[in-house]
Order: sequence, then structure tokens, then C-alpha cells
Amino acid sequence: MSLDPATVRRIARLARIGIDESDLHALQGELNGILGWIEQLNEVDIDGVEPMVGTGHAALRMRDDVVTDGDARDAVLSNAPDAAGPFYTVPKVVE
Amino acid sequence: MSYVIEGRTGPWELVVGLEVHAQVISQSKLFSGASASYGGEPNTHVSLVDAGFPGMLPVINRECVAQAVRTGLGLKARINLESRFDRKNYFYADLPTGYQISQFTHPIVGEGAVEIELADGSIRTIGITRLHLEQDAGKSMHDQDPTRSFIDLNRAGVALMEIVSEPDIRMPEEAGAYLRKLRMILRYLGTCDGNMEEGSMRADVNVSVRKAGEPFRTRCEIKNVNSIRYVMQAIEIEAARQVEIWESGGSVDQETRLFDPARGETRSLRSKEDAHDYRYFPDPDLLPLVVEEAWVESLDAALPELPDAKRQRFQDEYGIPRYDAGVLVAEQATADFYETVARGRDPRLAANWVIGDFFAALNRTGRTIQDSPITAEGLGGMLDLITDGTINGKIAKEVFEDMLESGESAAAVVERRGLRQVTDTGAIDAAVQAVLDANQDKLAEYRSGKDKLFGFFVGQVMKAMAGKGNPALVNAALKKVL
Repeated sequence: MSLDPATVRRIARLARIGIDESDLHALQGELNGILGWIEQLNEVDIDGVEPMVGTGHAALRMRDDVVTDGDARDAVLSNAPDAAGPFYTVPKVVE
Repeated sequence: MSYVIEGRTGPWELVVGLEVHAQVISQSKLFSGASASYGGEPNTHVSLVDAGFPGMLPVINRECVAQAVRTGLGLKARINLESRFDRKNYFYADLPTGYQISQFTHPIVGEGAVEIELADGSIRTIGITRLHLEQDAGKSMHDQDPTRSFIDLNRAGVALMEIVSEPDIRMPEEAGAYLRKLRMILRYLGTCDGNMEEGSMRADVNVSVRKAGEPFRTRCEIKNVNSIRYVMQAIEIEAARQVEIWESGGSVDQETRLFDPARGETRSLRSKEDAHDYRYFPDPDLLPLVVEEAWVESLDAALPELPDAKRQRFQDEYGIPRYDAGVLVAEQATADFYETVARGRDPRLAANWVIGDFFAALNRTGRTIQDSPITAEGLGGMLDLITDGTINGKIAKEVFEDMLESGESAAAVVERRGLRQVTDTGAIDAAVQAVLDANQDKLAEYRSGKDKLFGFFVGQVMKAMAGKGNPALVNAALKKVL
């Protein structure tokens, strides 16, 4: 598998990363290098092997349905760069 | 009955599938201990997990899982004892983690079915593809400030069930019937309040059109339609738009659209170029969700009687018509009310009063069954007075209206107003004689063969007795002298 420049542009757009046209070639090379390295996995024969989702057979631990958290607006907003009253704010987003 | 869209090139068939997002009824959120209740001060029902702070780990709420299993059982669906959570990645300001935890490849509930009934009495089965658990997002407000959007994360992380139907729907009416039935089942189960106006149940509508016998053509998804009526309108409008495109030689693009009820149109929400690539992958923070068969069985055993079963039982046990049974089971509270009235009484009389005068009174006074001034016991008490002959059916309506106003029991109203039915044959005979004396002309006409006047005499006698005569006895007395 190898990525063409258009696909690299699209991935950047989906990830909301602005890239210079001049960096495109270098990024394409790096991404293709990563993909090529991962593709080594295709050499392993996994016919008849159940998909493994983790080591051991642990399952999700469940908690009881009780309210144990919340009411901590100051903490929640503590890292917000531009809070307005009780709200986070972001540059206006309208689709 | 079938629904076709008449185009210039002939008839087109409609194909619709629905994705319903139903907010799970629970105390706390799907993966955090913050409150899931509606209407808190902004950003107070938020934990650091919901706000996407680094290092915070999700822990699943057992009750939310139970609610999904109950819903699956109510939809006669397969419960997957092992399911998984995936991350659905997208960027939006009200999604602080940058991904929604959802179930993509291994949902907790698989195929099921919902039976719907249409206005003409026909019955259809709509297939359920799957139900999965996922998180709700926060809320953005765009109208508070000229340059900024405000974000409230109270809803972020609240559990949703996404219920996906097969593309089995062929008419707008079927979409409406499906949503109403689904909402009824969710409400009976107590897993979602089904309130579309408040957004606790929302529908995404997938619409395509095709010529009869063709495979499916490209579909469009209309997002977040928030009433059953709008769903039906949106389907009609979108189908007409697609027919127009195909018939003018164009082709429909697969895209997400928005329904604008004010303008009566759908319009493109996201261009194809911007279409989300969600890059789903298994959430590394969450192990597989494994539920025990025994637990599922215990949830199943504790399910309430569901609408279809209740309707059948009402028909069998109370001998009331299918239609009436359907009206009575539409809401659980109505069904309970009816059963209280009907228990130990004439069930058909009870059904007629509940569906007739009682519903009309609620409509007229703008009350609901919960705050009705007449309780089920109260209405039952009135029926007892009809059955034991204390009042007749006509006076009963008067008693009922009084009960509605005064809130008193039927017996108290009858006593206070002296409405007890007259069964004293002496009094009835006297009233009959007085009416005949006062209407000699009519009496002569009757005797010369004008039989229809019998009704006139009955009416006059009842009037003379202020409506309190026992109708059977009045009839008998009249027949005797005439």
C-alpha cells in the first residue's frame, strides 16, 4: 500500500492539521515508511486463528448506577482558555 | 395498500430505514459517575472523564447495559453476550475527547423485529438490524455571542441506544407507525422516556427510491428529525427530490441532509468531500463487555408485559374489540387505569366509558390520566351505580360531569342532587298517565297507527321524571297502557 499526495492531503484535512504543500512530499515518504513497516504483519499466517482482543480473558468491570461525580464546574473549566460564565467557548462553529 | 411516487417516467418505490437515538434512563452517565439528569446548571453534570481530561478512564455503568439488554429483549432481538466498544473519531467542539465511544463491529444487541399496524388494519414487521450503546455529545450554543460558540457538557457522556432498522419501510405512514410503536415499547420497558420534543428520542432517516424490482439505489441520510410528523414529511419531500434528480438524468449523491420544516425542503448538510471518516478502532481503555446468560435471563423474567401481549390479553380476558384494546394499551398508565375500572365489573362498559367520556373529559380539561380529577376507583364506583340500577345511563353522564367538577364520588353526587333512578312503578305509572292526559291529540294519532310516537311518549315521561326514570320500567309501563 502506498499513499499518493492527494490522500496525504485528505488525511491532514480529516485530522484538522494544516500542512504546507512543500512538506507534502516528505510526509508522504514518512507515512509510506510507517505503512510499509506495519505491512510486515501481513506475512503472518493467521488462517483459523480467532481474533485476539487482549491478553488474558478479562472482561469489563461494571459500576453501579449512582451519581458519584460532577458539581465541579470550576475544575472542569480550569483549563479552558476562554470560559464565559458557566460555559466553555470556542471560535464560532456553524455548519 | 401500497405507496408509490408517480414520476414522469412511471411509478417509483420508496425505501426507508431509520436510526433512532434513544436516551437511556439512568441516574448516572454511561462511563462516568456524573448525573445523567436533564436541566442542571451548565457544566455541573460533568466529570473530568466527560470533559476529556488526560488520564481519565471510563468505567461502564451496569444499569445502562441492563437497559440496552431490556430494550433488546423487548425488540425480540438477539443479545450478544460479548460486545465491544470502539472509538468513533471526529472533531467537534462539543466532543472534548475527539471521539465518541460507540459500538461499531460488535454491538450488544443484534437482529430483532417490531410489528406495526397501519390505519387500514394491516400488519407489517419491520426488521431491527442492531442496537448499540454509545455516548451522547455536549451542547453547542451559537446564538449567545457574535464570535464565539458556548459549550455545555452536561449531556456529554449520557448513554444513548442507537436502534437501527432494516430498510423495510415503504411508506411514510409505516415510518410513523414504526416510531410510535418503538416509543411505546421503550416507555413500557422504562428504558427511554421517548420524548422527541426534548430530544431524548431522535431519528436519522435513510431515504432512497427505486423502480419496482430494482436493487437499492443511493440513499441520503436526513439527520436529527425531532418529531414523527416531521419524519413523515421529510421522507415524502426527500423522495420527491430524488425522483426529480433521477428523472432529469442526474444521480443522487450519498450525503447527509437536513430537514427544514419551515421551508418544506431538505438540504445538504455536509458535502461529500467533507464526509466524515470516523477511523473507528477498538477503544484500548475498555475490555470486552461480557454479560452472563443468567443475568440476561433474570432481566427477561422481570420485564413488564409489553403492548402487543397486553393488547391480546385485553381482547381475550375482557372480550373487548381489538381496536379498543389497542387504544387502551397505547400508554401503560391508561392500561392500568382501565384494568382498575374493569376489575370485577362489566369490562365492555368500562372500556366504553374510559375511551369515550373519560378520554373526552381529559381532552376538554387539558388534564392527563395522572392528574385526572376522576380516579379509576371513582369511575368504577360510578359504573357500580349503573350496574346496580341506582342510576341509568343518561343520568350517569350527568353524574360524571359533576364528579369532574366537584371531585366527589358518584354516590355522593347522586345523594346530593337526588339523582337516584326511580324504580317505583307507582310513580312511573303516575307520570305516564299525566303525560297521556296532557297529550290527548298525540295519543289519538298513536292509536290510529302512528307507531313512531312511542319514542315521543318515552321522552315526555323521562322529561317529566327529570331523567330519573328507569328506562326499562318506563317502556314497560307505556306499552301496558298504550
